[in-house]
Amino acid sequence: MSTVDDRHTLDREAERIAYKPPEVRHDTQGDESTEERVEKAMHHFVKNFNSQTASYLDGCVHCGMCADACHYHVRTDDPRYTPIWKIELFKQAYKREVGPFAFFYRLFGFKKKVTIEQLEEWQHLLYDSCTVCGRCSLVCPMGIDIAGMVSMARHGMFKAGLIPHELHETAKRAAETGSPLGITPDKFEDRVEWMADEHEVDIPIDVEQADVLAVMSSIEIQKYPQSIAATAKILNAAGESWTFRTDGFEATNFGMLSGNAEWQKEATMKLIDAAIKIGAKTLVLPECGHAYMAMRWMGANMYGKPLPFKVFHISEYMADALNSGKIKVKEVDKSVTYHDPCQVSRRGGATQAARDVLNHLGVDLREMKHGGDYNWCCGGGGGVVTIKRADELRHRVFKLKMDQVEATEAEQLLSSCANCRQSFDDSQQHFSWDYTMGSLMEMVAENLEEGTS
Amino acid sequence: MDLLEFARGPALQIAAYVLVAGTIWRLVAIILLKEKPEFSEPRGPGGLGAALKVIYTRAFTAPVFKKATLYPKILGYVMHVGLFATVFLFVPHIVFFQGFLGFDWPGLPNSAIFVTGVVTVGTAIALLVRRMTSPVLKLISNFDDYFSWLVTVLPLVTGLLIPIRFGIRYETLLAVHILSVALLFIWLPFGKLGHTFLVFITRGTTGMAFERRGAKT
Repeated sequence: MSTVDDRHTLDREAERIAYKPPEVRHDTQGDESTEERVEKAMHHFVKNFNSQTASYLDGCVHCGMCADACHYHVRTDDPRYTPIWKIELFKQAYKREVGPFAFFYRLFGFKKKVTIEQLEEWQHLLYDSCTVCGRCSLVCPMGIDIAGMVSMARHGMFKAGLIPHELHETAKRAAETGSPLGITPDKFEDRVEWMADEHEVDIPIDVEQADVLAVMSSIEIQKYPQSIAATAKILNAAGESWTFRTDGFEATNFGMLSGNAEWQKEATMKLIDAAIKIGAKTLVLPECGHAYMAMRWMGANMYGKPLPFKVFHISEYMADALNSGKIKVKEVDKSVTYHDPCQVSRRGGATQAARDVLNHLGVDLREMKHGGDYNWCCGGGGGVVTIKRADELRHRVFKLKMDQVEATEAEQLLSSCANCRQSFDDSQQHFSWDYTMGSLMEMVAENLEEGTS
Repeated sequence: MDLLEFARGPALQIAAYVLVAGTIWRLVAIILLKEKPEFSEPRGPGGLGAALKVIYTRAFTAPVFKKATLYPKILGYVMHVGLFATVFLFVPHIVFFQGFLGFDWPGLPNSAIFVTGVVTVGTAIALLVRRMTSPVLKLISNFDDYFSWLVTVLPLVTGLLIPIRFGIRYETLLAVHILSVALLFIWLPFGKLGHTFLVFITRGTTGMAFERRGAKT
């Protein structure tokens, strides 16, 4: 009788029987003791509690329906990816430490103290396998915003020094240099000049006073620099008094994604200060989902009072400009399907804007089944695309997206988020997929009516 | 004092006090937590109307999720409707409520309530089987889930036993039934059964926050 070495267990649940990958690594930052890490994780999680979040943690009935809304669970059938399970430790801590009946929970031992081993294990669940897309929040019969809870849990994890190294380093670089990709003001200026020459378009930068401040994401500046020119073409065509600023150009907010509230505030305030300095009435955000969430819905709260200017995602700006006749576009004879960035559409409320733009472009819009507000996430949001160790899972999850897109048989795939675009590009390469993600903004810029550009 | 007198008297009374005090304490502890002001410019109205809207709409599953959640949703509806009918539409219960509310309402025939009770218990068993067999539910379930199931089902089962008797005295069965209700009252504010009242806060606050953004609710 032969013996089988048991160093690597078989994963019989996988699509093809395979060896289970080695245990996921757990990253740590800082020199704190394990006790300090647990204490910090819990303290910074509960720090921003309000009645809404407390009722969320108290109100779950453990129906498990959120599992069916989560791309990670749907694609793997791994129960650990049930969204509400991802915040289980924090529910446990809330009930044991601060909930209305914490005393009884401790007295009878109903809830055990969270351990460092558990927190390390949850690193994978809170970062690698949650894009904070919020699809689960829409199925919950109790109306619990689970994605919002994951973001809060990340605050605790960051303070405890328990986040994936890649995301930590990216966020740290953003805090130190102002850009997650290390793009300095000089480099941004160079890219702007290059794009102005390349596309023969005027691109104002560091103008002292302007009505509109436009900002970009590092991903665009570095990987899709044509977005800079596209932004300029559209704002020029609309006849705006506008500018880019070297003292406030970076829209991404890795402080928010990683869970560091201080870094989140710093990044947000840079843009707010720049907009106020030039007397801007409008801040136009780039094609970036989480930048929209960070500024449109969290910016004023970071500022501590209402913002003295309006905030638009570029898709909202374009929809408004097209609807009001400020800009006009030529018809595009193409079938198009549109991927909704979760933070702009489902969680941001700007779902209709992109459709208005596509309507003006006259394309044959082929909505994905379960699209719009219920769209499957690209799998790269929430900082997941930066986490190398999460690649295999991210690609596995992306299959849902591929099926959704292919079923439309559209000629062109578009979105309005550079982070989604990057995630699509990566997965396209991984799967040698036919579809290439395009930019809604670039399509508008390429099809501006003569005389408006 | 015999068992029935104890059940009808001090047991039910103390349980009712615990129910009311526990519920108030749980709600107050949540409601009194500090609220951060919201400064973002709203896209839509996010006030009480938004809360009421989502309290109502979240009772239904969006079409996109219907297929995946059909079975538990049906069980959930049957369970809740069954509980409502057996508690509030059973004539002896109505008479009991009339004793301290001062008014009554029409009930269902006893036979209809009996059938409803049997269906509700059957549904509860189906829910329990699902909880014990589904990998997701097995993982996320804890003591509260199983104990809450037990204290919910006990009054149904003990109530159904009253007309059957099995040779046991009516007074004894009634006393056991009332004691099981007392147990339910005592547990309700502390565990997951608190969703009876928390559902209005969770759905309502989500409604206010997301309708304000103009986002999907």
